[in-house]
Formats: sequence, C-alpha cells, structure tokens
Amino acid sequence: MNPIIRFENVTKRFGALTVLDNFNFEVGRGEKVTLIGPSGSGKSTVLRILMTLEPFQEGHLELDGISYHEPNGHGPFKASEKHLHKIRCNVGMVFQSFNLFPHMTVLRNIVEAPVAVLKMKRDEAESRATELLRMVGLYDKKDHFPSQLSGGQQQRVAIARALAMRPRVLLFDEPTSALDPQLVGEVLGVIRDLAQEHDLTMLLVTHEMRFAREVSDRVCFFDKGRIVEQGDPELLFSNPQQPRTREFLSSILGEQAPARESLQRVP
Amino acid sequence: MMYGYAWDTTTPLTFAISILPILGIGLLVTLKAAAVGYAIALVLGLVLALLRRSRFKIISWTVAGFTEFVRDTPLLVQLFFLYYVLPDFGIVLPAFMTGALALGLQYSAYTSEVYRGGIDAIPRGQWEAATALNLTRLQTYRDIVVPQMVPRIVPSLGNYLVSMLKETPVLSVVTVLDMLGLANMIGERTFEYLVPLSMVGLIFLPMTIICSALIYAVERALPKSGIPLR
Repeated sequence: MNPIIRFENVTKRFGALTVLDNFNFEVGRGEKVTLIGPSGSGKSTVLRILMTLEPFQEGHLELDGISYHEPNGHGPFKASEKHLHKIRCNVGMVFQSFNLFPHMTVLRNIVEAPVAVLKMKRDEAESRATELLRMVGLYDKKDHFPSQLSGGQQQRVAIARALAMRPRVLLFDEPTSALDPQLVGEVLGVIRDLAQEHDLTMLLVTHEMRFAREVSDRVCFFDKGRIVEQGDPELLFSNPQQPRTREFLSSILGEQAPARESLQRVP
Repeated sequence: MMYGYAWDTTTPLTFAISILPILGIGLLVTLKAAAVGYAIALVLGLVLALLRRSRFKIISWTVAGFTEFVRDTPLLVQLFFLYYVLPDFGIVLPAFMTGALALGLQYSAYTSEVYRGGIDAIPRGQWEAATALNLTRLQTYRDIVVPQMVPRIVPSLGNYLVSMLKETPVLSVVTVLDMLGLANMIGERTFEYLVPLSMVGLIFLPMTIICSALIYAVERALPKSGIPLR
C-alpha cells in the first residue's frame, strides 16, 4: 500500500542553518508515528513543513499523492495558494501553545473553519462540534472563552477544533509541553483515544516517552536533521542500537522515571 | 455683511450673536473637511498598513519611507505643497479638496501605524492556527484579525479624529473659508478680532468634547469578550 506521507531527499534551510538534510521519511496510512529527539533536531520542522507553515528548498514531498511543489510553482512554497489549500484539506495540526482564537467561544472556535472553509451549514457544524466536545469531555464549557479554561482544557478544545476539519493526517507538535504536570494526563487521554481510530494517521512530537511507547506503531529518533534510528517502540526503548539514541533516552528517562505513574483517562 | 448676515458691533454680546450664523456656515466647512480628511485617513491608513506587510521588499520599503516622510514633515508644508505645486503637474483641485486631502494624507500616516500595531498584536500562533484550519487570508482577516484588532485600535483612532478636528483651521491659509477663515475676515472688516476669534475657540470646545464622548461610547459598546486588551 502506498504511504500517505513521503519525504524524498527533502532539504530545509533557515538561512545558513540546514535543519533537514536530504531527509527521507515515509508514513503509512493510519500509522501512528512518534518523533523524538533533542530540541533543534528537526522533528517539529517536519510537522511544520507538512502543515505548509514552512517551505522547503529541495527534494520532493507528497501527501496522499499530492506533491507539495507545483511544476511551475512560484514563491517560497513553489506552489500557488490554491494548491496549498488543496494540500491542507488533508492535514490538521495541534500546537504546543493551543492557539485558540481568544475572541471566540469554545463552540465558535470549533465551528469557524467547517463553516468558512468546508461551507458546512452552521447548525450542522454546531451539532458536529457538540459531538466532538462530548468526546473531549468539555461539552459544559462550550460557551466559555479560551481564557476561562485551563491549559489542558484549551488543548482538548484545540484537538476538537482540528478534528472538526476531518483531516486524514493529524500532527501534534509537543501538545503537552506547555502544560502544568497535573494537566498532561487529560490531554494524553484524548490523544490515546484518537490513536484507536484506524483511518487517522498521526504524527506526534513529544517528550512523553512512556506515552510514545504506549500509543505509537513506530518511534523515530531524530538528531541533527536526520532520523538516526527508528522502529517498534518496545524494541527502540528497551534496546536502542545507536549510541546517540541510548544517550538521549537515558538522559530523558532518568528525568521522567519518578514522575507520572499512571496516565488518567478522560471521564 | 457676509452671506447676507449683517453684524452688530454695539456691544461684544450683540456682536457675538450677530456673527453666529456666519460662523455656523464656517463650522459646516470645518466639519466637512474633518469628515472627508478622516475618511481618507481611515481608508488610506489601512491600505498603507497592509502594503507595508507585503512580502515584496520594494513595496514595503517604499510605503515605510512614505509614511515616515509624511509623519516627519509639518502639515502646513504639505498643505502648501499640494496647493501650490500640484497645479504645476496639471492637477488643480479646489482649495477645500486640497485641504481635506492634506489632512487625510498626514493622518493616514498616523493611522497606518495604529493599524500596524493592531495587526502585530495578533500572536503568530493564531495566524498559524488559521493556516492549519485552511482559512484563506481574507477569512483570517475578517474572522480572526479584525474582530480582535478593532477594540484595541478604536481609542487611538478616536484620538486622531479629535486632533484632526482641531487642526482643520490650518486650511484657512489656503483660502478655505472655514470657521477661522471667516472669523479672520470679520476681524479684517470690523477691526474687532477679540470676539470672532474667541467665538471660534468657544465653538471648538463643545465639538471636541462631544467627539471624545462619542468615541468613548463606541469603545464601550464594542464586543471585546475574551480579547486581552493591553
């Protein structure tokens, strides 16, 4: 079966700094992949490129058979706005800092894009949003403003907002890094439930190793713009082959070992 | 005698009352100039602010240079320039239009900075979320940027309205017969300047106060739930 995401020799530079260097990476349909690695290793950049938030300079990238660059595309993205729009129809993203729209209620945050972009009828969009809010356990907060919610609640709304666009690929960029430790569990609980969806492809950048091990089909260890090691989470965590992976895992697991014995589920 | 109204200089009070209709005609000119100038400033300022965000450097730099130049040179110089130099290029505008244009131009440089600040106050993460949700640029401005920007910029834009209103008398130097222009003419004919000039000041005072009150009312009426205002 064709992979849904295919990076082929992709090179991404910020000025003189090369963030991704001849990067190759494939993700299968419905696969749940976790990207781990030290900060600045390029894992977030992979997500940001997929979301068309960042252009890349060389190589080829395809999502669901659609190439990111157009043959005669102009500008930094080498593609027209219309073409980028088409690509984005298949991808959604959850950000580290939630990025909810502060002037809209929770419900409006979720309804906005389905109405504006998918041209859904407002009452249809609202009933979908209601369903999603029940799923993330926040139906009673639907008329609140984001500033009235905790970080964990805001992130759950952000997940519902991304899902309302029915993406085939959902990207999570350190979804729990900005949260107080006691709020991490409720967000991970929602992501864990999502991981049960067979059709949804998920890419997750996280430092929650225990969680990565639990939900992902594959873990990729990034260092200096390339994947140093990847494979089955059980194998990679219990028996890392590369010295860099071992070093990284022991430093981060040493920190996390005493914390978070159990991950709560969302009621 | 002016516009069919005769003045009565017997006492300051009768003088003041007798020239009121004449000054009233000037007041309409003043208000019209402020209205036209402000409309230009609001629209042109927005255009300048948006052009300054263009990803083409030539456009954004040209616009930045233009706004900086207009902001840093006196209104009076710009007014003379438009009035006496434009006709050399074949552009002859009535004095009133030239004046309103000069006001609008100068204040568009100010308002463009207000708009720019309002747009910049939207965190980058919200633009990225809008992109991730596949909103178009227009939808992002309409639904995300403008509703958050408006409550933040109305106070500053309002201040500029008041200060522009107070600057309209400079138009009298290019023969526009606004309140000050007419008061000056009355003075020239009667050799009495105290009363007409005092009247101009007295009429301005309630106008600016009403204006400020209106802006405050607008400010209070705007929906701003959830928006962090500095």
